Amino acid sequence: MRGSRIRAVWAKELREAVRDRRTLMSTLVLPTIVMPLLFLAVGVLSARIFGKARAERSAVMVLGGDDSPGVRAVLEKAPKLQCMPAAAEWRTLVSDKKIRAVVSIPPGFDQKLDRGEPEAVTIYDYEGELRSGLAVAEVRRVLSDYRQGLVRARLESRGLPPGLVQPFDLNTQNVAPPEKVGGNLFGGMIPYLFIIFCVTGALYPAIDLTAGEKERGTMETILCSPVTRGELVMGKFLTVLTASVVTVVASIASMTVTVTLGGSLLASKSVGAASMMGAVAGKVPVLIDPLGLAAVVVLALPSAAMFSALLLAISVTAKTSKEAQSYAMPVMMLVLLPAMTGLMPGLELSARVALIPVMNLALASKELLSGVWHWNLLALIFVSSCVYAALALRFCVSQFNRESVLFRG
Amino acid sequence: MIRACSLAKHFEDRKRGEIRAVDDVSFECPPGRIYGLLGANGAGKTTTLRMLATLLKPTAGTATVAGHDVIEKPGCVRGKVGFLAATTALYGRLTGRETLAYFGRLNGMDETAIVARTARLAEEFRLAEFLDLRVDKYSTGMKQRVSIARTVMHDPEVLILDEPTLGLDVLAARGIVAFVRGCRDRGRAVIYSTHVMSEAEKLCDVIGIIHRGRLVAEGTLGDLRARWGAEDLEEIFVRAVQGEEEGVS
Repeated sequence: MRGSRIRAVWAKELREAVRDRRTLMSTLVLPTIVMPLLFLAVGVLSARIFGKARAERSAVMVLGGDDSPGVRAVLEKAPKLQCMPAAAEWRTLVSDKKIRAVVSIPPGFDQKLDRGEPEAVTIYDYEGELRSGLAVAEVRRVLSDYRQGLVRARLESRGLPPGLVQPFDLNTQNVAPPEKVGGNLFGGMIPYLFIIFCVTGALYPAIDLTAGEKERGTMETILCSPVTRGELVMGKFLTVLTASVVTVVASIASMTVTVTLGGSLLASKSVGAASMMGAVAGKVPVLIDPLGLAAVVVLALPSAAMFSALLLAISVTAKTSKEAQSYAMPVMMLVLLPAMTGLMPGLELSARVALIPVMNLALASKELLSGVWHWNLLALIFVSSCVYAALALRFCVSQFNRESVLFRG
Repeated sequence: MIRACSLAKHFEDRKRGEIRAVDDVSFECPPGRIYGLLGANGAGKTTTLRMLATLLKPTAGTATVAGHDVIEKPGCVRGKVGFLAATTALYGRLTGRETLAYFGRLNGMDETAIVARTARLAEEFRLAEFLDLRVDKYSTGMKQRVSIARTVMHDPEVLILDEPTLGLDVLAARGIVAFVRGCRDRGRAVIYSTHVMSEAEKLCDVIGIIHRGRLVAEGTLGDLRARWGAEDLEEIFVRAVQGEEEGVS
């Protein structure tokens, strides 16, 4: 195998790739412009929806309580609640989102409180619905304040200190460095995006360099030159790998900018949404550990090589780009499903999992970004990924040596 | 020099079973000669030429091209062969100059030799005007001229041309014919496959007629006329093919 020929093929394929609008779109424009804009748009939109929902008065229906003016008055006076008259079809009204929640007060509630008998208020809600959740939270807060007031009054009337029922307060204070907070928040998401960009960056060039060449009639032109199939595959493989790595690096760079700018932009709009984008409740700045991120990039390289070789091998079996796309889709699914394991809570990295491609990268990246370095497992992942990449490359060369694949009529 | 010895290529087809695309084909083409391979569509011309250019591996038999065996030394063969076919297109996103340089590098030429050879070919095939434009902006004729230049960039000893005039207009086709004659005059061995009888009549020193993968007739135009009792090559072709079919049945 001659290095000069591999370099010639690589350089020529790269030159063609940068002149191809579709390759540039999938490699650079999509990860650096479209995806961050999409993330920002979604962030701004959710911040707006959340902010608007929080600012609204929640329509709440109160059932019963005609003989309990005390508790009713508390609810009616709450500035963020709009009490609606009782109606028989209250369940339908909640389901249809006409009202956000229903508060059911049992008969003789006030009198029972006066007598010190235990009683319960029931809140009916639409589980999982944002505005219903906000209404329930507001009702709970109002009634909880009311309950606290009653407790304080009872203690005072008996000459007892307030600390009798609440002997101490509970405070929470973050001590983790911002990098680790960032790792925990984004540790699952970053490898997922990483793997997506690894595959999407490789996908179009892999198809273009194989099925695309067959379609354009240039495959036979190169096959009749002195370049060997192995050299040809290596040149093409390096091109696809370059595209994949460029996509990942470009996407990381643009995501960093988006998170930094988007976090401060959204912090002014909504605390809740800002925490998604880069600031935890406005108290702790969220950073991504650069060393962890660099380790993820190194760990991802053999996986990117494996995706590149696999996509090349699969695409070369197709006669047209369209056919290659349909072959590549199941591969995308096969890659994306294990990549999601990084997003699942409770899944831990182990020696056995370290041998499962993609899943090992997702889980190890999550740990690395949280500042956890299991050197033995990381070495196992790197070596196993290199072996998988070598096998994929060998499979790719074998596909290029099959006449039935290259000259499929 | 090209020497094919009992070349055969068989394919397996799920529905039709074994297909003998080329069956026991032998011929020779010395330097300074044009060997015409004549046959209908699907006769086995392209498969034969692809085996000579080492794109396909023979099922049986072998061939030597410029002194190298196509099975044992395929890389050496490709370094000595210029292969041009209707199916060997150019890279649309490269310029003509980049295309020539690319094939020069793959053939082991250094940069000085590439520049000198490109200048010579640009002059010979009148490419200067459009050599720095991207190929996807070329007309069919321009593409054909650059394709020819690509084929001879490394100054090959042997030329294998598979229906090179397919789809070309009269002027572009004449350009190809002139180029092939020039190669013969420079002492190159040329294999030229076609199903256009007039081209074969004009160009070829020796003609082989291939039908259903078998070489059914071979000789100079004079030999073939004498053997089949006809002046017109088309008539000779039909008689040779019919004779083979009758023999088979």
